[in-house]
Amino acid sequence: MPDASRRSFIDYFLGTTLGATVVSIVYPIIEFLIPPALSEAPQNSVTAATAAELQPNKAKIFKFGTRPGILIRTKDGEWRAFSAVCTHLNCTVQYREDQEHIWCACHAGHFDLNGINVAGPPPRPLEQYAVNLSGDDVVVSKR
Amino acid sequence: MSLSQNGDAMSTRRSTVATWLDERCGLEAVREFAARKTVPVHRHTIWYYFGGMALFLFTIQVVTGILLLLYYRPSAESAFESVQFIMTEVRFGWLIRSLHSWSANVLIAALFVHMFSVFFLRAYKARRELTWTSGVFLFFLSLAFGFSGYLLPWNTLAFFATKVGTEVAGVVPIVGSFLVRFLRGGEEVTGATLTRFYGFHVAILPALTTALLLIHLLLVQRHGMHIPDSVKPPVKTMKFFPNFMLRDAIGWLVALGALAALAALFPWELGEKADPFMPAPEGIRPEWFFMFMFETLKILPAKIGPFDGEVLGILGFGIGGLLLLLVPFIGTNGSRTTALVFKAAGIIAILYIVIFTVAGYVK
Repeated sequence: MPDASRRSFIDYFLGTTLGATVVSIVYPIIEFLIPPALSEAPQNSVTAATAAELQPNKAKIFKFGTRPGILIRTKDGEWRAFSAVCTHLNCTVQYREDQEHIWCACHAGHFDLNGINVAGPPPRPLEQYAVNLSGDDVVVSKR
Repeated sequence: MSLSQNGDAMSTRRSTVATWLDERCGLEAVREFAARKTVPVHRHTIWYYFGGMALFLFTIQVVTGILLLLYYRPSAESAFESVQFIMTEVRFGWLIRSLHSWSANVLIAALFVHMFSVFFLRAYKARRELTWTSGVFLFFLSLAFGFSGYLLPWNTLAFFATKVGTEVAGVVPIVGSFLVRFLRGGEEVTGATLTRFYGFHVAILPALTTALLLIHLLLVQRHGMHIPDSVKPPVKTMKFFPNFMLRDAIGWLVALGALAALAALFPWELGEKADPFMPAPEGIRPEWFFMFMFETLKILPAKIGPFDGEVLGILGFGIGGLLLLLVPFIGTNGSRTTALVFKAAGIIAILYIVIFTVAGYVK
């Protein structure tokens, strides 16, 4: 009959081997499932439009890196730019000319022209960007 | 050879084939089991049919889903166009896709009825706890099927519904942001999300569902049909084969006819192709079975005390789902008061779901 220490060694050896085998199978699968973090250089500035493109009380959605931004020309001709990602649940907002508000159609959230959440469920203001005119180009930058 | 001799020869050949198969596959045991199996007959027997109906609709999903796979292309560049191609160019493509979409929705409705009937008849009580739990997991998997499948045509409605739906996962404490990235295949809803959802929809979810469905059906066989407490013995029974099975089959035939009529009269819309840099359009909405949650998140205020309204709302739904899973393990003392509390909770839940769903469509 094998002595207890040899038996417990074999149990330990086989048990850990089995554990290691399971880990060596499961670990790469879990790692594979996690999307790689893209090492994309963050974009701090973008030409969102040309000055002639937007009449007063009009807006456009522009691409700012991987996310949408919203550029607004107010009734007074002033330029404003914000992140177009609603702070509630990530929908893309739009400009309501009739109300002079930024509005999210998903859950009816309202933001004023300073990006402040004024009605509906959004809990925070929109991120505001700086707008500068460079010749005819409207350049939007992160603050 | 006379007619009767011909018949004798045929039946001998049939019994030889049956014996050959029985020796290899043990068919006799299956036949004996089928002959023994009975279904109780009482005033609640109708609810027994909804489980079988869900199974039938799931089968339609599998068959039409496999057919759609032959033409569908899972990328942001070509998904919408491939569904358009299925709807307009492939012979009967409109029928297969519309059947798949309609059947998915009717399946969820059948599951709601099945689940609530089991709930109200208290068929989840002792020894059937795991049947209930596996059923609720199957219900959740069906919702996941609905959510992942909704994105696959890559249209505007689906794109924003997925943005909102995946953002909801971000509310989960500690692992929220990881979950969002995991679901989206990155930081944003992009083509990577579509590919990932396609993988979930056609491989991972079907594998999980098949395994769980087998467990659920085995448990149903093991414990037999539940007879509600209100039904007093002696309880009449009917044979499962062929009596109950044929009644089931009539229901399935009617369902198939209704689905074909729905697909023909109201082909499933495709909408506009998704553009990640367009604002969310007016009238954006999820599928009807998520509408009550969508509406709730709309009316919750930005802040409830120190918390964000949507965080509390989503956590509330999470707790609701957990309670649903744990139904057989809470309030098991069998008292009349507990039964009444459960009944009231079920009615309130149904009213809440119906009112908020209707409100979502009426506005």
